[in-house]
Amino acid sequence: MSEIITKPKIKVYKQAIDDEKLKCLIEAAIFVNNGPLSIKEMKQTILMHYHLTNKRIIGQLDKLSEDYQNRGIELVKVASGYRFQAASLLNEDLAHLFKEKAPRYSGALLETLSLIAYKQPITRGEIEEIRGVAVSSNIIKTLMERNWIKTVGHKEVPGRPALYATTNDFLDYFSLKSLKELPIALEIEKPSTSMTTPSV
Amino acid sequence: MMIDNILSDSQRSEQGEMQQQVLPLALIRGKAFIEKPQDLFIPPDALEVILESFEGPLDLLLYLIRKQKFDILDLPIAPITKQYMEYVELMKNIKLELAAEYLVMAAILAEIKSRLLLPKQVIEDEEIDPRAELVRRLQEYEITKHAAAELDKLPRLERDVHLADATLGKGFQFRTIDAEVGLDELLNALQDVMKRNNALAHHHIQKEVLSTRERMAFVLNQLKQAPKNEPFIEFSQLFQIKEGKQGVVVTFLAILELLKESLIECIQSKVYGQIQVKLKS
Repeated sequence: MSEIITKPKIKVYKQAIDDEKLKCLIEAAIFVNNGPLSIKEMKQTILMHYHLTNKRIIGQLDKLSEDYQNRGIELVKVASGYRFQAASLLNEDLAHLFKEKAPRYSGALLETLSLIAYKQPITRGEIEEIRGVAVSSNIIKTLMERNWIKTVGHKEVPGRPALYATTNDFLDYFSLKSLKELPIALEIEKPSTSMTTPSV
Repeated sequence: MMIDNILSDSQRSEQGEMQQQVLPLALIRGKAFIEKPQDLFIPPDALEVILESFEGPLDLLLYLIRKQKFDILDLPIAPITKQYMEYVELMKNIKLELAAEYLVMAAILAEIKSRLLLPKQVIEDEEIDPRAELVRRLQEYEITKHAAAELDKLPRLERDVHLADATLGKGFQFRTIDAEVGLDELLNALQDVMKRNNALAHHHIQKEVLSTRERMAFVLNQLKQAPKNEPFIEFSQLFQIKEGKQGVVVTFLAILELLKESLIECIQSKVYGQIQVKLKS
């Protein structure tokens, strides 16, 4: 019985799908999925039995986005894929639905997060150097727990401190497609060649 | 500006009918401050709140520079240091654990100031302005502070963005993936079971359904009923075929038992001939 019997390979023929059904399927999948859905994920799951090009999928996503014009909901692309969200015009009124206020983040947390976002990969020491104060462990812990930052390696200096970088969850949370979409940071004013004589 | 404020305050109190007792603005080291310190640009009653809102010594320094509209690139160390120290003094009383980091900055400011006071070196070009490093840090911090503010302005989930979600339709069934099983695998499984079963086989000891003792009595009874002149009963006739293997064995055991107890005897008249059984006389 040790003889291995090779199983006959079943050839799966990819099916065809019309545009209307494709659009509906994508729409339902984004709504039902837990979190943003990327085109790659769609092809691996809901569209696995259909022969489709990325171009056709994007085409239907665009049509879907058009369908949702002037509606309470809009289709938005973020770092991890596509998601539906309430139209931003309605935010103020919608806020009454939620009794609990969205968490407010301290200036220290936001400064730390923006340093990680703009200067990643960065160590805790480098953050402290720029901010001029110690970074509390709670801030790093909160950022880690929210899955906004991750350790991407260790700097080859004494102590091998962890190097932090932001995650896709961070981009999704701030409705960004990539780090390139971060607000442009201020330019450093070049110190004038000769500083005025000190007023002592 | 400060003086204007004080004037308008005193004017107001003069206008009031009742002369109110002047309340101290703040208590610092048990000493009541009735007048606002002239060097401060924030009302002292708001000091505590403001001090807590500073993110660090650079933040405070930046605040002082911006408040007085000094050019960050042309940092007047002396007046800034003076003001800075006023805050640090207050801070030491409110939040001692925070003061250390602020004191480091105060030391840096003092160092810069002392360097500036030193007589100028002849080779002026090569000398780096002692303020340069502080200015660089202040600039870098200002960029960070600005970036943090910009980040805070971005639309955020929970606060500004509400996700749209839908539930699965009624009667939705999650896809179950059936595994493919080949015939060979099935056979292998069966063989495995058999092998394991053999290895684990128990010896089942069952009570015999047919009692040997009972059969002994039965055989004796049959032999007793035989006529006196023909006392022999053929061995094979003692067996009942319909009882099956078990019956045959029990009968055989009964015969052996009876022979052992010398109650019956078996006689074989010729080789390979029929065995005759009779009661022992």
